[in-house]
Amino acid sequence: MKMYNADKIIPGLIIFVAVLTLPFWYNLGKAATPPQPKIDTPVIQQMSEKTCILPKTEMRAGHMQMLNDWRTQVVRNGLRDYTAPDGKHYNMSLQNDCMKCHSNKVQFCDQCHNYMAVTPYCWTCHVEPKENK
Amino acid sequence: MLEKAFKGDQRYWRWVLSLLAVMGVGFACWGLQLNRGLTITGLSRDVSWGLYIAQFTFLVGVAASAVMVVLPYYLHNVKAFGKITIIGEFLAVAAVTMCMLFIVVDLGKPMRMLNVLLYPSPTSILFWDMIALNGYLFLNIIIGWNVLEAESNDVAPPQWIKPLIYLSIPWAVSIHTVTAFLYAGLPGRHFWLTAILAARFLASAFCSGPALLIMLCYLLKKLTRFDAGKEAIQKLSVIMTYAMIISVFFVGLEIFTAFYSQIPGHMAAIKYLFVGLEGHAKLVPFMWLFAVLSVFALVILINPKTRENDKTLLMGCAAVFFAMWLEKGLGLVVAGFIPNMFEVVREYIPTPPEILIVLAVWATGTFLLTLLYKIAVTVKEEKMG
Amino acid sequence: MEGSRRSFLKLAGVCALGLGVKPAVNAFSADAPAVGPFSLNPGALIGKQWAMVVDMKKCWEKGKEGCKDCLLACHKVHNVPEIGNIKEEIKWIWTEHYENAFPGQESHFMPEFMHGKPFVVLCNHCTNPPCVRVCPTKATFKRPDGITQMDFHRCIGCRYCMAACPFGARSFNFKEPRPFVKDIDPTFPTRERGVVEKCNFCEERLAVGQLPACVTSCKVGALTFGDAENPKSEVRKLLAANFTIRRKAETGTQPNVYYIV
Repeated sequence: MKMYNADKIIPGLIIFVAVLTLPFWYNLGKAATPPQPKIDTPVIQQMSEKTCILPKTEMRAGHMQMLNDWRTQVVRNGLRDYTAPDGKHYNMSLQNDCMKCHSNKVQFCDQCHNYMAVTPYCWTCHVEPKENK
Repeated sequence: MLEKAFKGDQRYWRWVLSLLAVMGVGFACWGLQLNRGLTITGLSRDVSWGLYIAQFTFLVGVAASAVMVVLPYYLHNVKAFGKITIIGEFLAVAAVTMCMLFIVVDLGKPMRMLNVLLYPSPTSILFWDMIALNGYLFLNIIIGWNVLEAESNDVAPPQWIKPLIYLSIPWAVSIHTVTAFLYAGLPGRHFWLTAILAARFLASAFCSGPALLIMLCYLLKKLTRFDAGKEAIQKLSVIMTYAMIISVFFVGLEIFTAFYSQIPGHMAAIKYLFVGLEGHAKLVPFMWLFAVLSVFALVILINPKTRENDKTLLMGCAAVFFAMWLEKGLGLVVAGFIPNMFEVVREYIPTPPEILIVLAVWATGTFLLTLLYKIAVTVKEEKMG
Repeated sequence: MEGSRRSFLKLAGVCALGLGVKPAVNAFSADAPAVGPFSLNPGALIGKQWAMVVDMKKCWEKGKEGCKDCLLACHKVHNVPEIGNIKEEIKWIWTEHYENAFPGQESHFMPEFMHGKPFVVLCNHCTNPPCVRVCPTKATFKRPDGITQMDFHRCIGCRYCMAACPFGARSFNFKEPRPFVKDIDPTFPTRERGVVEKCNFCEERLAVGQLPACVTSCKVGALTFGDAENPKSEVRKLLAANFTIRRKAETGTQPNVYYIV
């Protein structure tokens, strides 16, 4: 079978595949260091039981959804008190409560976010803790 | 049929490329607006809607004008309009697209646009406007494309088109009724709080739309072998004439109600437009131009001799279109905000980036219209042999 | 295999429509109801229709001339930026002269003591608010306690609410506001460019049992805040004892800020 315009198609295909696989062969041999979020803030160090609102695995996977739910409850329903599964009460506020313990945004939140190339725009409005200014 | 838009002569490509250039420049300005915010426009806390929304308001009328050829042809068998229904429908597509683009460029957070769909708010007229505009866009694309394709293949259009065509007729009326309702239901803005606002929108749509249609038909006749026919043009010009008379009459009604009642809230905006208020008079020359053009247009159009003469008819159409643009695309929206809710006059002057974005959206609509007309005219020319 | 592509496409279309049913149902269902582990803070102030009574005479007679305490307090705790030009200014509470705050009610022969005097104006948190009616995303909505609230996360910046408000109470963020906030209060967020904002009756303070910042900062007690639906509230007592007017009452929006005259 004869391929028409082969002199244009084959080079084009090669260029296309090269550009498509660019991320793979450009980063050959360079592994990005895995994120190491640090929880050694003064407030956490003073805690006897170093637990967050939910267990670590649940927070890591679900903090986005939790913050969304909190946002709905606070802004649209005016409810600010959260009863965790273990019975403890927390005030639902990112910048006032989450960041009270995790006041090292650069060494905590940003560690994973930068690794995943995620830029949540919460911080355009919600004020970052002072250490990070 | 899309491939017909990609075969053209030098003149065609020069036109398309220059439109793309304007679109590119305006798109860059919109990027600047996304980055810096609406501070790059002349909008303010007092005049919070300006050129963008004004263009949308005017174009919604132009879009509805397709019904001016569709209704007589499909409901009353006015055969003369058979040739140009596609011209009207494709104009509607381009105009409604421009309407929606103007809304998008006006938004402070366009990336959240889908919130209108995710959180439907039936009490908000903007919600219904979104439904009406999108629905009208789809109706006209589907109807226009399928009817044209049927013609291109020498078959009758498919049966399921008929209900859609009948639906598009009241839908056309609905798009500018809903747009008028955006303004006419706001309790604080006296300039807009008038029951006849929707009627004024309809009247100005039915003269500015056909005016543009007539001008486009002449352009097509000059550039291609497509001839709408003297009868169709004449019928359209009669419709345009009556609509223009009613439009101007409606403006007169507003002036009477405001100035005979002497209620300050009603008079203030009209005074601002035509004589200036507290020394602020930036829109006055534009509004008097509107008045002069309207009179000129009426004189030409009411007199059968000048209405039937090609040259004078075209002058009349241009006068109608430009007059209506001045009244709806400039006067109506801005004057609703002046004076502000504290009875203070703060004027609005669009900035260069704002104007470039406006031109880019117009260019986008013109680009879309060019492509669609190229397809339609090519099909018609093929049938002519 | 005749017609199979057409029937495949028809089936695919129906499936796509079917997939859209759940999101559509979600969209039309109300926001997440207040069940589950969420509740009011203990000590939160509860009301059915928060309202305010403004006694400007107290402000003029007992307060210092040019006093801006309520403005400054509000703008400080809410990180309201000072844009610096009148076209793009953002203000949640400010002062206007009588003929601007109450247009149409002025006369040529007003008492001398009213000339040039300031009237405090803010969002009226109307009971029948046109801004809520027109918002296409319900980013501005009426809370059960009567506050007309802004959801900055949902606002698309269409500014329809600004056109609808008969009181000019709303401001728009024409540019990024952070650089213009002098002293950022770290307990309250700022806003982003592209959203509309206005007074929120200090709902974050009410939630922890505090009165609005403007009310507590007024040294002469010219502002009184309370529940208009509670016959025993301070607001109702003042309304029963004094003749009050509201701005543009003829628009029917039922404003909840009353001015003692």
